[in-house]
Amino acid sequence: MNKTVDNWEPKIVAFLCNWCSYAGADLAGVSRLQYPPNLRVIRVPCSGRINPLYIVKALQQGVDGVLVSGCHPGDCHYISGNLVARRKFALLKNFLAYLGIEPERVQFSWVSASEGSRFAALIEKVVDEVKELGPAKKLVKKGL
Amino acid sequence: MDGLDGVQRMKSTIIKVENKDTLRSLRKFLGRLMESKFVEALLVPKLLPGGDGFVQSLIKDSRMLEDANPIAPTMAVQSARILSELTSSPFDGRIGVVLKPCELRAAVEMVKFLQVNLDNVVTIGVDCPGTYEVGDYAEMVKKDRELSPQAFLEGASEGEIRPRQGYNFRECCQICEYPVPLNGDITIGLLGLDHSKEILLMAGGRFEKELAQKFSLELKEGNSANREKVIEKVTHKRREQRVKVIDELKERVNIIEKFMQTLSTCIRCHNCMNVCPICYCKECVFKSLVFEHRSEQFLNWADRRGAIRMPGDTLIFHLTRMSHMATSCVGCGMCDSACPSDLPISSLFGLIGSELQEMFEYVPGRDAAEEPPVSVFKEDELQAEAGSE
Ligand code: SF4
Ligand code: SF4
Ligand code: FES
Repeated sequence: MNKTVDNWEPKIVAFLCNWCSYAGADLAGVSRLQYPPNLRVIRVPCSGRINPLYIVKALQQGVDGVLVSGCHPGDCHYISGNLVARRKFALLKNFLAYLGIEPERVQFSWVSASEGSRFAALIEKVVDEVKELGPAKKLVKKGL
Repeated sequence: MDGLDGVQRMKSTIIKVENKDTLRSLRKFLGRLMESKFVEALLVPKLLPGGDGFVQSLIKDSRMLEDANPIAPTMAVQSARILSELTSSPFDGRIGVVLKPCELRAAVEMVKFLQVNLDNVVTIGVDCPGTYEVGDYAEMVKKDRELSPQAFLEGASEGEIRPRQGYNFRECCQICEYPVPLNGDITIGLLGLDHSKEILLMAGGRFEKELAQKFSLELKEGNSANREKVIEKVTHKRREQRVKVIDELKERVNIIEKFMQTLSTCIRCHNCMNVCPICYCKECVFKSLVFEHRSEQFLNWADRRGAIRMPGDTLIFHLTRMSHMATSCVGCGMCDSACPSDLPISSLFGLIGSELQEMFEYVPGRDAAEEPPVSVFKEDELQAEAGSE
């Protein structure tokens, strides 16, 4: 894609739930699985802790993509934090899409602590998709 | 809470209007509610001493009803906000509150967020033909000292509601799909009735029996066919206008650059938020440390971009507010009226909100028993939106 500047690598902020996806990332590391190094991981106690504001802020500060990953439905350490998170997330994503923010830039997923390879594959996919889109400029703090 | 299933389940009766004085008959009815101790106090719009506006007033002495106007054509403050103050702690007796349809919907919405308690409140919803900006009304009165409050009901019988010559209804009223209260312990119906002769009184649910007994009302099932027709007519027209306004706005905000352009005159005074009945957090994030940046931070941003606008965070302010409460916005337009830059905030909420409300099949203020979308979930939903396989 010509949108991709030479040597440009996307920056992606990943909000990972402490109880699952963060451990999944750990496992991927311990298992020496290779995945792209574009992540900036922020550990959160539960995906339900994510405020839509964090996602918007991250985009505004110039990240190219945001990933939120929590426990699988039914496995949330706090019972249903992830299901509430899904609603908040769907809501935010819906209106960001409305304003022309590509859906691939903000992604939501479930990864458990034992899914090291799933985590690696997910990151591969997210990074690829964001690369395809090119750098995010739309929300970056400018005039407003 | 029971009895909040909307107009259909209500029973009704006709109150005769004496000497074509609708307002007087309405006051008389309110007076009876007070004198009979059905309610201890009444919250109702009252004429300002200067005669050029109205303000919700809490009345304890029924003689003070003399210049009350339950059909006041302005909305200086959204009464759901007043209700949240008024019902914040236990009190004895019942308070009756006269509310416009959007105020009632906001109040019901706030019950869900535990900001309003309607246990000891008798909600009295009144049909609303539309409201004017406070300043416009003051001007009308200045021009015509004799302006009768009843003049504002013109066209309500046939559903041919037009604003007074030279003025327009507030934009949100022009596109409001709810000219009649959705629920309410008592509803005062004006649309589709010859208001110089009669008013419709509807009661449903929890106070129905008590009302019928105390005031020997003959409450009957069903709604008049003409009223239904007129409501449909008014709603239809407004819905058409709504689609038009929203489509136009869509063009103006459908990509983020245009969205920012549209909001570029926002001075971040927070008026829109302060008057909104739905924005209720005691500790607002915009007044928290999250938005108190360090001096170095500002300089860094300015350094990175060459220049930054001050005060900043406008975009994030609006996006956050939207993600917090677009599903509950009742479209009362208080934000528009309060905005010094004349920004179409309520239409924007209407645009984004109605899509989100549809996504969750949610109508704010329809029923207090309905959970707001962001506080509930289903096990099996939103697979696509949340990107899970
Ligand atoms: S009232 Fe208007 S100017 Fe003030 S913060 Fe809201 S949108 Fe901006
Ligand atoms: S956002 Fe505006 S229109 Fe919506 S409830 Fe708040 S004040 Fe009313
Ligand atoms: S604890 Fe992992 S999503 Fe709630």
